[in-house]
Amino acid sequence: MARLPETQRIPFWHDPSKRALIYQALALGLVFVLGYYLFAITQANLRRQSIATGFSFIEREAGFEIGEPLISYSSADTYARALLVGVLNTLKVSLTGMILTLILGTLVGIARLSSNWLLSRLAGAYIEVLQNIPVLLQLYFWYSVFHDSLPGPRQSLNPVPGFFLNNRGFYFPLPLAHPAYLRMGIALVVAGLLISTLHRWARRRQDQTGQIFPIWSVGSGLVIGLPALAWLLSGAPTDMDVPRLTGFNFEGGLSVSPEFAALLLGLVLYTSAFVAEVVRAGIQAISRGQTEAALSVGLKPSQVLTLIILPQALRVIIPPLTSQMLNLTKNSSLAVAIGYPDLVSVANTTINQTGQAIEGVAIIMVVYLWFSLGTSAFMNWYNKRMALVER
Amino acid sequence: MQAMIEPAATEGVKPPATTVGVIGWIRGNLCNSLFNSLLTLLILFALYLSIPPLIRWTLVNALWSSSGQECKAIDGACWSVVTQNLRFILFGFYPWDEQWRPVASIGILIGLLCYTRQRSHWNRRLAYLWTAGIGVMGVLMHGGVLGLSVVETTQWSGICLTLLLSLFGLTAAYPLGVLLALGRRSKMPAIKSISIVYIEMIRGVPLISLLFMSSVMFPLFLPEGITVNKILRAQVAIILFTAAYIAEVVRGGLQGIARGQYEAAESLGLDYYLTMRLIILPQALKIVIPPSVGILISAFKDTSLVVIIGLYDLMKTTQVTLANPEWMGFSTEAFIFIAILYFAGCFSLTNFSRDLERQLET
Repeated sequence: MARLPETQRIPFWHDPSKRALIYQALALGLVFVLGYYLFAITQANLRRQSIATGFSFIEREAGFEIGEPLISYSSADTYARALLVGVLNTLKVSLTGMILTLILGTLVGIARLSSNWLLSRLAGAYIEVLQNIPVLLQLYFWYSVFHDSLPGPRQSLNPVPGFFLNNRGFYFPLPLAHPAYLRMGIALVVAGLLISTLHRWARRRQDQTGQIFPIWSVGSGLVIGLPALAWLLSGAPTDMDVPRLTGFNFEGGLSVSPEFAALLLGLVLYTSAFVAEVVRAGIQAISRGQTEAALSVGLKPSQVLTLIILPQALRVIIPPLTSQMLNLTKNSSLAVAIGYPDLVSVANTTINQTGQAIEGVAIIMVVYLWFSLGTSAFMNWYNKRMALVER
Repeated sequence: MQAMIEPAATEGVKPPATTVGVIGWIRGNLCNSLFNSLLTLLILFALYLSIPPLIRWTLVNALWSSSGQECKAIDGACWSVVTQNLRFILFGFYPWDEQWRPVASIGILIGLLCYTRQRSHWNRRLAYLWTAGIGVMGVLMHGGVLGLSVVETTQWSGICLTLLLSLFGLTAAYPLGVLLALGRRSKMPAIKSISIVYIEMIRGVPLISLLFMSSVMFPLFLPEGITVNKILRAQVAIILFTAAYIAEVVRGGLQGIARGQYEAAESLGLDYYLTMRLIILPQALKIVIPPSVGILISAFKDTSLVVIIGLYDLMKTTQVTLANPEWMGFSTEAFIFIAILYFAGCFSLTNFSRDLERQLET
């Protein structure tokens, strides 16, 4: 192409590629100027108020107690350890919450689609009511129920022998330590390994001969049978560590604080309503023809569900489910409102004691960003595994 | 052909009583299999166990207007905690004699929302009405003209603060969200990465961390001598937070626009700005109206978090009421009351967005 004469050349502000460069330079410049401006002002403010900067404070002694730590912790430990306790507590409530939410949400979602009018209406009411009330209000509500409405330790409710409910917490009996339980755990792992080998073998056999192996019933038999066998062989221990009232409170057994119970219950109920909607939408997205076609080629109703409906529905369900699980993790930060010592709550105390707000908020944000990225990475991996393989 | 059909022998014969009417409905919807029949019986039994005590607690044994002392003697619900403190729970520290002003403002707001529900009302006049309505509400709430006394925003509390934070949060966040969405789909790498980093960072952290930022970090960002009140700071945090979510919703809308639309606009000689303003955004924003209502609902629920940084929203005024020794211990009733308020707001908005979805689809 011939060069245009000098007068007809496009001026650089009309050239899209040069213009794009200018816009980008401007945007970057703006971000940098803003960042520098904030940095400079903050530096000046911090100097004037003589607030220390940097993360050296995490080496210092925290000096505050944390209820229900997962790892050993005392007020003489460092801030770093206190924050670690907070992170672990956040993980504990998020992971437990996720598992319970998935179970409850799936059940409610299926109930919503039930042909039983009463059940489907009840599930509908459950979804509407819990979705439309702020989760923080639900947390306050359950906390007030557990904390204000339950009796004191001496008048504990005792619905089943060994179980005690009072306003200090819930107490459950635990089996006394015995080598049998370790063996049962090992038996469970062995059962898992066996099942996965069996599954691979059954699939290969089905590919070659078309014979179907009853993997479900054999698998559940193994999962229940092997640990039960281990328990019987080690002498069938039945001694339980039952909580006892000593002085002002209970000792022994497993205890759950009202804060943890309220947080878990509030999060699970709130999120499960959303999960139920996701599950319902996912199942409804599979056209009826799929079920009819599967039945007409002679699959049993249980096979229709596991082989035809679920694999397709999961593909629709997983992306929105990921964001619900992330929401649950993020909402667990509301623990600070009812006094459960999660990361935000510990970081808040740290900020109040050291005055180092920027570092404290940065720690919260970085940890949650990691959780979010980790969860999305896992769910993306799972999604890719489940995704449609186009031939 | 018609004549060949004999007078039906079935005429006058009713369908079997077991397939129509109440019995037919019950057979079809409650007892269509053994499992379902058992389930129905189980649910009915559970309802029989739970409903009567619930009614006894909420209605029969309840007190509606009494002192806290009288409430302690009964074993029913103490709705007095709500009725006796209603004005404080709803309006907080808004001056007692001026509380007709928030009532009127909320009335205007509800009126506007009801008017907007009608799809046929969506035209230029609606925009003017909203602008005028918001102006009137602002004047009513703040005062200072027409002989109304001035009420500073620091005194706006209770439901006014909740509504202010959520409505203003969404309105102010929308333009920012649209810009971010356009930035994320831009071909310029720098602008694209700035948008992606912002959106993903905000969406990855909980709102409470942004609110903490607004309450403890934001003052450090301001030059000496300048202070910004706490409500405005929280408002900024909510706007920054909501914008990231709006950006993702709008991006979904932008992705829903066919390539041909861009190409057609380009072939007409429109530049980027005109393409977006005249062709793409009007269509994309229309698609995302229902999910935007969803974001408004989340924003409305999320504003309850400001209680944690000590702002007097609906939740905080309720807690203050409950901290009064006279009303201590009746938190269940008070929380149920504000739960009903939140539910009414969110549920009507949810239905609104479902209606919209249905109307816009056709």
